[in-house]
Amino acid sequence: MNATAITPDLPELEPPRSFYTHKSGLGSWLLTTDHKRIAILYAITITLFFIMGGVAAAMMRINLVEPDGALLSAETYNKTFTFHGVVMVWFFLIPSIPATLGNFLLPIMIGARDLAFPRLNLMSWYLFVIGGCFTIACLLLGGVDTGWTFYTPFSTMFSNTNVILVAVGVFVTGFSTILTGLNFIVTTHKLRMPGMTWFKLPLFVWAMYAVSLVMVLATPVLAMTLSLIGLERIAHVGIFDPALGGDPLLFQHMFWFYSHPAVYIMILPAMGVVSEIIPCFARRKIFGYRFMVYALVGISVIGFLVWGHHMFVAGMSPTATLVFSILSFIIAVPSAIKVFNWTATLRRGRITFEAPMLYALGFVGLFMIGGMSGLMLAAPALDIPLHATYFVIAHFHYVMVGGTVMAYLGGIHYWWPKITGRLYSEAWARFAAILMFFGFNFTFFPQYVLGYLGMPRRYHAYPPQFQLLNVLSSAGASILALAYLIPVIYLGWSLFHGARAGNNPWGARGLEWQTPSPPPKQNFLERPVVQKVYAYDEPSPDGQPASGATA
Amino acid sequence: MNGSTAELRARGLVAEQFDDAAQQHATAQFGIWVFLATEVLFFGVLFAGYAVCRVRDPEGFLLGSQHTEILFGAVEAAILLLSSATVTFAVNLIRFDERRVVAALLATTALLGIAFLVLHGVEYSHEHDEHLMVGVDFAQHGPHARGIELFFFLYYAMTLYHSLHVLVGVCVIGTMGVLVWRGRIRGEYTTPLVLAGLYWHLVDIVWIFLFPLMYLIGR
Amino acid sequence: MSSGGFWHLLPNASTNAKPLDELWWTMVGLCALVAIGVFVVMFVFCIRYRKGRPADRHLSKETLPVELTWTAVPFLIFMGVFVWSLTLYARSRTPPANAETIYVVAKQWMWKIQHPGGQREIDTLHVPTGVPIRLMMTSQDVIHSFFVPAFRVKQDVLPDRYTQLWFTAIKPGDYPLYCTQYCGLDHSKMGGQVIVMRPDAYARWLDENNTGTSLASQGAALFRTKGCSGCHGANASVHAPDLDGIYGRVVHLQDGSTVTADDRYIHDSIMLPDKQIVAGYAPIMPSFSGELTEGQVLAIIAYLKSTKPGAQPAHKGTKQ
Ligand code: HEA
Ligand code: HEA
Ligand code: HEC
Ligand code: CUA
Ligand SMILES: [Cu+2]
Repeated sequence: MNATAITPDLPELEPPRSFYTHKSGLGSWLLTTDHKRIAILYAITITLFFIMGGVAAAMMRINLVEPDGALLSAETYNKTFTFHGVVMVWFFLIPSIPATLGNFLLPIMIGARDLAFPRLNLMSWYLFVIGGCFTIACLLLGGVDTGWTFYTPFSTMFSNTNVILVAVGVFVTGFSTILTGLNFIVTTHKLRMPGMTWFKLPLFVWAMYAVSLVMVLATPVLAMTLSLIGLERIAHVGIFDPALGGDPLLFQHMFWFYSHPAVYIMILPAMGVVSEIIPCFARRKIFGYRFMVYALVGISVIGFLVWGHHMFVAGMSPTATLVFSILSFIIAVPSAIKVFNWTATLRRGRITFEAPMLYALGFVGLFMIGGMSGLMLAAPALDIPLHATYFVIAHFHYVMVGGTVMAYLGGIHYWWPKITGRLYSEAWARFAAILMFFGFNFTFFPQYVLGYLGMPRRYHAYPPQFQLLNVLSSAGASILALAYLIPVIYLGWSLFHGARAGNNPWGARGLEWQTPSPPPKQNFLERPVVQKVYAYDEPSPDGQPASGATA
Repeated sequence: MNGSTAELRARGLVAEQFDDAAQQHATAQFGIWVFLATEVLFFGVLFAGYAVCRVRDPEGFLLGSQHTEILFGAVEAAILLLSSATVTFAVNLIRFDERRVVAALLATTALLGIAFLVLHGVEYSHEHDEHLMVGVDFAQHGPHARGIELFFFLYYAMTLYHSLHVLVGVCVIGTMGVLVWRGRIRGEYTTPLVLAGLYWHLVDIVWIFLFPLMYLIGR
Repeated sequence: MSSGGFWHLLPNASTNAKPLDELWWTMVGLCALVAIGVFVVMFVFCIRYRKGRPADRHLSKETLPVELTWTAVPFLIFMGVFVWSLTLYARSRTPPANAETIYVVAKQWMWKIQHPGGQREIDTLHVPTGVPIRLMMTSQDVIHSFFVPAFRVKQDVLPDRYTQLWFTAIKPGDYPLYCTQYCGLDHSKMGGQVIVMRPDAYARWLDENNTGTSLASQGAALFRTKGCSGCHGANASVHAPDLDGIYGRVVHLQDGSTVTADDRYIHDSIMLPDKQIVAGYAPIMPSFSGELTEGQVLAIIAYLKSTKPGAQPAHKGTKQ
């Protein structure tokens, strides 16, 4: 569109004028304001963080093979699960889909040249890296033993670890999340290309929009709450410690006011990814597009009203329990709509089973199981025995790992040809996806049983009767680790040796497929054509045939 | 319009992701509103903490409030209100390219901000003398000492965060003043100044809430 | 391995367990049903509509009725589950009037138990079958949580606050007790046993461990030695309220409000006397928060309860 920005005279080998070759040198990456390059910076960073969190998980699982703790001392174990939780939540899962795929695709999907505030976007990444490295350094050097939930008064007066420093690190990182959310909201509102109306937006964009609302409105609450913890530790006065006249439940309210919406920060993008993949490989428009949109926005709004379901046995009043319980059931309704609509999208499709589709189908199944266990926790009577047991651990790993991580990997595979311009080994990818699905269930299903039987979480050592299930879980975790390792290898290989992908290897609809892979710096060489959303029943502008009504 | 867009773009005043200056301006303005929403929630936590603690010990909070210096608080409120007015004038006059006047108004705003900070510093030092400085030197006795302590804990948390915002605001407004003076911000390109103005108003509004909660409730 | 091998790890040892398990298994069944349904449908679609297989692929335009159905049906199911769960929850929150009270003080990393008869134990709790037991719990430091899986009961234990929990044990035996709120280094070691005995065996156990002074009389002793009686005693010269029969009474406060003198109120009157001042008195009572342990406060409360003329429900277990 903007002719001046097209750089001519690139070597023939590369697809013409890709954003990779637009400029070169390390400086051109570290100072880039191109959303696509920033996405790649994020992808590299969070992969490193994921490996660190994963190593912590591996250490815990090894430790839990034996009832007395096979590997770690109680102190180290406590620091390890805190490290694992903090790193996985704030430095891997929350930025995972939005900051990588979202950053890369959101502007392209709406036909924009970049995000609204490219420099702010770069600043987000720097805040993220600084906050991340700082936090991880503190976690590794001294360690923090509060759990990722920082419950008071333990975190304010009793723990003698680096709580303040870690709070500062998370605080800083929080701003990176806020700025990303802000950028996405404004971009979606103001930079849609002509003809791209709200109801022509792909669900991935809607998901990014919904999640950004939550990021912008919930994250500041976390930032301030953590800073109050820091102040309380410094001043020995504060509003959370009962010994100082404060109220420990106040902290829990504030923390969960953020952290429950945060779990939807983690799942909404995954829902967006899956809503792109399933129509593509079913060759059919998504079932109930509008309901899907309302469900996304509904989840993000109601998500602000259910935080108390983490506190059913914390000593909260029965009235509050009632309200938070019923709202938690209500928020499950839009999730149910989504599960049913994804399933219905398969009907009368023309389905193929490439790796992204396998991940997406895996997501639907695992998210459903995880979500249903959430329903049991949302029933106060059942939460009484299940709270703070491995049932909760299984619940959230099903939704976060089985759900979001699966969807993230599905999205990475789906858009890999677009982002890198290359294809990967389909056979290996399918194998890894299937292995991951089984390894995952193997790891976390036993934890449901453990939880029901009463094994508490955050236990460095446990009664011997729970050993068998723990060993099963640890065995599963090693399969899971292997399944995570395989993509690293074949995707790495594809970067250098993969076949050229072409603009639209999947025959998908959506603006991102109308531009070269990898896209040029300006995203489009010519103005893309806006079709109706998920227009698999008509030919695409780049000549992909319509998916006809009969065989 | 298009011709001038090309020209503005060539001078780096319209970023490449925008179609024209109008879109850029609208986008930036929308962005700052979203940012202000974030800020509201940021302070919201402190207000919520204040509400909970005050319900738990209303007497202590009233007593604590009596230890604040209402004269300072009131003068500070007046200063901030005045500065909001000057910034509003600046934002409105820039359209007419009144470079000197606008720069002077912005300088006044920044100076008022500095005056606010100085006054607050004086106030803090008085409080220090009266052994009210929580975490440093707090020595109050009597039945509601604990409530007073909590009140002052929140007082410092809230006013310090607010002062931090004022400080940032002073820097931003000062920069705007320089840019206006140098002619970088002019009638044809006012976006940064408009945004800075909106931010300054937020800083002002937060004080409008803090002032009664901190200074007035006990009297 | 047979699943039976697992389930015996979780006996039904309280009256609470069976109704709860009914809800649990119903929900497991319901979720399994829906999940299997979704999986089967997905599977069928994946086979029938896979690429290359001839099939009718016309899409119907009218999707709204379907959508509304699968919005409304889960909603109704959820509401059903909600109501059921709430009735059980309400029951778990309201101890029967005849419940025996036992006091629990948690601290890093042990459970201290005080029976009304003065018996004390650490990390074990002896209870009889068939008698509703109410635990009055507080913590001396951080938040802990009292969890007995076999009873399906759990409650966080907070500093400076009383929380309660109740159950009626039905099967004699030893059942594990866990702390389930992360509380620091030895969180995973902060467990113990609940030992359920037949009432006669329990009575014997109480006798064997009798210290000669009931909790209330320990409280009475503290009331004298810690100086309470100096102000609150019948012939004290200080103007302080008479505490006989205070428990359960409606107290008028200085700020015009009224409160019922429950455990929490008495606890706070001792530890944070300035919080609520009784109307007509000067706020001269000193705070005892450094002076008395939570366990001692519980003893004083037991004593003050026992001074109430005409036994009151919660007072029943207190043998004077
Ligand atoms: C991605 C993250 C994510 C997601 C999406 C969810 C989704 C949900 N969560 Fe979860 N949750 C966490 C992450 C997440 N959670 C984490 C991290 C914790 C623990 C934090 C900690 O303590 O460390 C937690 C803890 C947690 C608790 C507290 C447990 C405790 O500590 O005692 C509760 C209680 O209500 C709960 C409920 C729910 C509910 C009702 C949903 C719903 O949104 C789920 C809705 C989805 C479905 C229900 C499935 C699809 C529906 C159908 C197919 C319909 C048909 C079904 C029927 C008719 C039965 N969660
Ligand atoms: C947000 C995302 C997220 C993710 C992705 C994971 C991933 C995993 N988690 Fe985590 N988990 C949390 C979030 C997450 N978790 C949170 C929030 C808590 C609560 C913390 C708290 O209580 O405060 C928790 C707690 C938690 C516990 C409970 C600890 C306790 O309460 O005592 C356990 C125990 O099994 C566990 C296990 C695992 C495992 C096996 C994985 C696996 O999926 C990870 C597999 C990945 C790898 C292993 C790395 C990749 C592999 C390689 C790079 C190969 C090299 C590695 C090896 C050879 C081993 N997690
Ligand atoms: C210096 C005198 C003094 C001592 C010592 C003292 N009290 Fe008090 N107490 C008072 C006064 C005066 C009040 C009424 C004003 C108030 O509520 O603070 C009071 C009120 C109370 C109340 C609330 C009474 C009501 O009617 O609601 C309780 C309970 C109580 N004291 C228990 C104790 C216990 C237990 C001790 C010892 C551990 C103790 N007091 C020691 C002076 C004292
Ligand atoms: Cu006590 Cu955990
Ligand atoms: Cu939640």
